[in-house]
Amino acid sequence: MNLTLKIWKQKGPQDKGRMVDYKVNDISEHMSFLEMMDVLNEQLVNSGDEPVAFDHDCREGICGMCSLYINGQAHGPDRGITTCQLHMRMFKDGDTITIEPFRAKAFPVIKDLVVDRMSFERIQQAGGYISVNTSGNTQDANNILISKHAADEAMDAAACIGCGACVATCKNSSAMLFVGAKVSQYALLPQGQIEAVDRVQNMVVQMDLEGFGNCTNTGACEIECPKGISLDNIARMNRELMKASLK
Amino acid sequence: MSGFFKSSIGRKVAMALSAFFLMFFLLIHIIINLISVFSEETFNTVSHFMGTNPLIQFGMQPVLIFGVVFHFIMGFVLELQNRRAVGVSYAKNNGGANSTWMSRNMIYSGAAILAFIVLHFIDFWIPEINTKYILGDMSGTIDGVEGLRYYEELTHKFESPLRVGAYVLAFVFLALHLLHGFTSAFQSMGVTAGRKKVLQNLGKAYSIIIPLGFIFIALYHHFNH
Repeated sequence: MNLTLKIWKQKGPQDKGRMVDYKVNDISEHMSFLEMMDVLNEQLVNSGDEPVAFDHDCREGICGMCSLYINGQAHGPDRGITTCQLHMRMFKDGDTITIEPFRAKAFPVIKDLVVDRMSFERIQQAGGYISVNTSGNTQDANNILISKHAADEAMDAAACIGCGACVATCKNSSAMLFVGAKVSQYALLPQGQIEAVDRVQNMVVQMDLEGFGNCTNTGACEIECPKGISLDNIARMNRELMKASLK
Repeated sequence: MSGFFKSSIGRKVAMALSAFFLMFFLLIHIIINLISVFSEETFNTVSHFMGTNPLIQFGMQPVLIFGVVFHFIMGFVLELQNRRAVGVSYAKNNGGANSTWMSRNMIYSGAAILAFIVLHFIDFWIPEINTKYILGDMSGTIDGVEGLRYYEELTHKFESPLRVGAYVLAFVFLALHLLHGFTSAFQSMGVTAGRKKVLQNLGKAYSIIIPLGFIFIALYHHFNH
């Protein structure tokens, strides 16, 4: 298929940036979206132009590195996938595809479609961990009994790959689905209880410091999340913070 | 605890708490208004009680005004913060693909309701305050003539088709606001509202029945007098 691409080009963080039109021809419907981007970049390099910068790594929906806001949707027009899992069969010959970086004040553009998501890392560093003695005397994990229900819910929350689609799609650029998932995955397990109060408070403080917006419960994040992280995690984070504030 | 209300989540909770209070008030308001459809005398008696009882006038009324003002100011402040958090907007954004119109436009439905409340205050509240506390007439009558004035004042207000039209439109916006706001308030309070069908149905029922009730009352008095 032959496509017209409208892509955000920005030389660096200080550049104003603009949309640039590109043409790509002979794209197979079996290609992934990122393979189509590779074809475009090869074409640009061969003609002596600068390729379009975009993030990617594992290309199998695990690492959370790929981003892209495609035709007005985070990770493009499909459900439960990352951009690398999006296939060109979702588009038709002759389509015009708009490709933009994930937008949020807390996700500044580094170049073209690459954004800085270190704000997520700083939120994780503020409390998204458990302190465990790893001296070699650790007890067998199976000694701590965990209900199936709690284990399942914690696992579902832990499925978050931190890609930032929740922030990108939120009309308020809120990071509450991400932080809710990280708070939940520990809050649901006994190992997470010891630091529960500090964790939720510190992570929410860091989230606010990073300049993310407030959640207004539109539910867009839940729908666009490639890992199906539920809004229930935001509700749990709210409960955890209320509980922590009363202690 | 003061730190809690400074956090983004604390502000959501504060919005939700004021929303619950306002939704409870709406329920009381419609019950009293509905009386006007069934009995002029009872409506007059209840209105006189509400208008002269010190607990309601000096206890509940300031709390209500605070609740309304707080909800609006907080709503606007959060909207401004959220807009700042967004930065550059998308060239192409398909919001309808993943969220309802109501959830994305709470600020506009809220602003329409605020405009209505201003009109409503000019219509009813300011004349009441003027009569009772500035002119000092607590009798509830018109110039001492026998019989209470509230029912007559109400029906007089709904004579104008323009006013009735504005009221109907405002209640449509109220319904749109509540259709998202009802369950959203529960979600902010930590209830997993998305999974609770009962709560969603209750929200839909409340959001449609209450505004429809107000519309019915306005139209009833417009066409029956």
